[in-house]
Amino acid sequence: MKRVKKAMFASGLLAFTLTLNPAAQADPDDDTLVIDGVEVITSAKGKEDGPLDELYSGWRFRSDETQSFQADDFENPAFVAIDQALEQFEVVEGAAGKACASCHEGGPEEFEGLRAALPRWNADTGKPETIQHIINECRTERMQAEPWKWEANEMLNMTALVGLQSRGMPVDVQTDGEMSPWYEKGKELYYTRVGQLDMSCANCHEDNYGNMIRADHLSQGQTNGFPVYRLKWAGLGSIHRRFKGCMSNIRAKPYKRGSDEFVALELYVASRGEGLAVETPAVRN
Amino acid sequence: MATAKPRVKVPKSASAGDVITIKTLISHKMESGQRKDKKGNVIPRKIINRFECTFNGATVFSCDIDPAISANPYFEFTAKVMEPGTFRFVWTDDDGAVYETEKTIAVS
Amino acid sequence: MKLTRRDALTYSAGAIAMALVGLRGVSAHAGTEETGTAVSGFTGGVEPQSGMITLKAPEIAENGNTVPVSISVDSPMTADDYVESVAIFAEGNPNPEVVVFNFTPLSGEAAATTRMRLAKTQNVVAVAKTSTGKVFMDKREVKVTIGGCGG
Repeated sequence: MKRVKKAMFASGLLAFTLTLNPAAQADPDDDTLVIDGVEVITSAKGKEDGPLDELYSGWRFRSDETQSFQADDFENPAFVAIDQALEQFEVVEGAAGKACASCHEGGPEEFEGLRAALPRWNADTGKPETIQHIINECRTERMQAEPWKWEANEMLNMTALVGLQSRGMPVDVQTDGEMSPWYEKGKELYYTRVGQLDMSCANCHEDNYGNMIRADHLSQGQTNGFPVYRLKWAGLGSIHRRFKGCMSNIRAKPYKRGSDEFVALELYVASRGEGLAVETPAVRN
Repeated sequence: MATAKPRVKVPKSASAGDVITIKTLISHKMESGQRKDKKGNVIPRKIINRFECTFNGATVFSCDIDPAISANPYFEFTAKVMEPGTFRFVWTDDDGAVYETEKTIAVS
Repeated sequence: MKLTRRDALTYSAGAIAMALVGLRGVSAHAGTEETGTAVSGFTGGVEPQSGMITLKAPEIAENGNTVPVSISVDSPMTADDYVESVAIFAEGNPNPEVVVFNFTPLSGEAAATTRMRLAKTQNVVAVAKTSTGKVFMDKREVKVTIGGCGG
């Protein structure tokens, strides 16, 4: 037993040294994302007063195999969801007898640019709104249909379809004016250490991106590809699902999907990626 | 995902004698029969167990599939086309359900 | 990168977890024999030769849920001489069988790509059977990583 312990300690040290070896897969790679012949930028200069000098999409931290899933819309398994959402767009639901297409006669293309600017301020509710809020407001107010759950397949599919219309457009969110307190709240959440491991978002995604955490290559935690098809999930997931996952991993009690905390955090994290192109629906590990 | 949804990519046209690449993907959970639910009960296996591609009625490519194939099964293969016609794609589910789709190709 | 004591603790905890996974991996060779049985079931007992078949798979898979794998076999693919089928086996999975691709001369080439599940780091084996009764095999180790975040 003692020997095993010693051995583990030794290999622990070894792995530890490897982790620190700068040659061992530090930093993002230099690959270029070309989706069906169209280049999508995966890095951008950080803002002058911002926390990051250079912004990198999570795509740059993935293996060649994972990267290639995203380079072809056919090979990207998220496009099954896009097909399903295109069908759903035409489905009449609710007391008003309407489908998405009843109002949005121009089709999903009407939403070009929307994803890049979310979350945005909603004067009626007096809160920021995410893509999920916008879709459900349409469903309950205009279609008089039941709202979809945050992580329901229909919701994930539709958020992917709407997001896809902004692919390649730079993320650019409002952080001043009415959004200012939400931005500040999100920033505070980002830098606050929580959970039994006592870690903040910044410990991994600002201080250590490019380094290995166990066998995983840490990214900047950018949200420009969401909803993403995650190999681990074998399906699409929302930004808030990913936030919950991160919080559980550091043994913290996660906030709920759609909570004010996560909306504020979504806004702040989006602002950290301003300038990166929307990649929805991206593929990650 | 309620119903399995097939996607296929076949070139619209080719020259006689060309070997073309065909890509297929179908939405399916591919429940392996190895997983347990929260109560510890095994979730029964439910996968796509067979896929077949025919061209004008003749078999081009098929596969017999085990639970080790990933969710949303993807198959890429080739076909040699000598004349115009129709590719037919058939996926068979453990529960007996059959999902089908077709694509035509112009061959000059 | 600056290293705090906390970082050091986090990393060494990770390293120990990796070491444990490694230990578990060493003891789980039960699948090799079973795979051998499955292979000879597929070949009808014919001893596979090396060459002619190429198996492509990542050296390191970021997630075992979706590992791209391709095979191609050097063959004229004529009615007289073509690859009938290629089977893929995974030695470290609960069951070794993954998929059997069946080709015809209409396939044009004996080549196919799919995505597979790998329970852990292991050998992946591809075996081809030709219409002339020849059997070829290729083998490749795929390291399956576990996510840093409990994944």
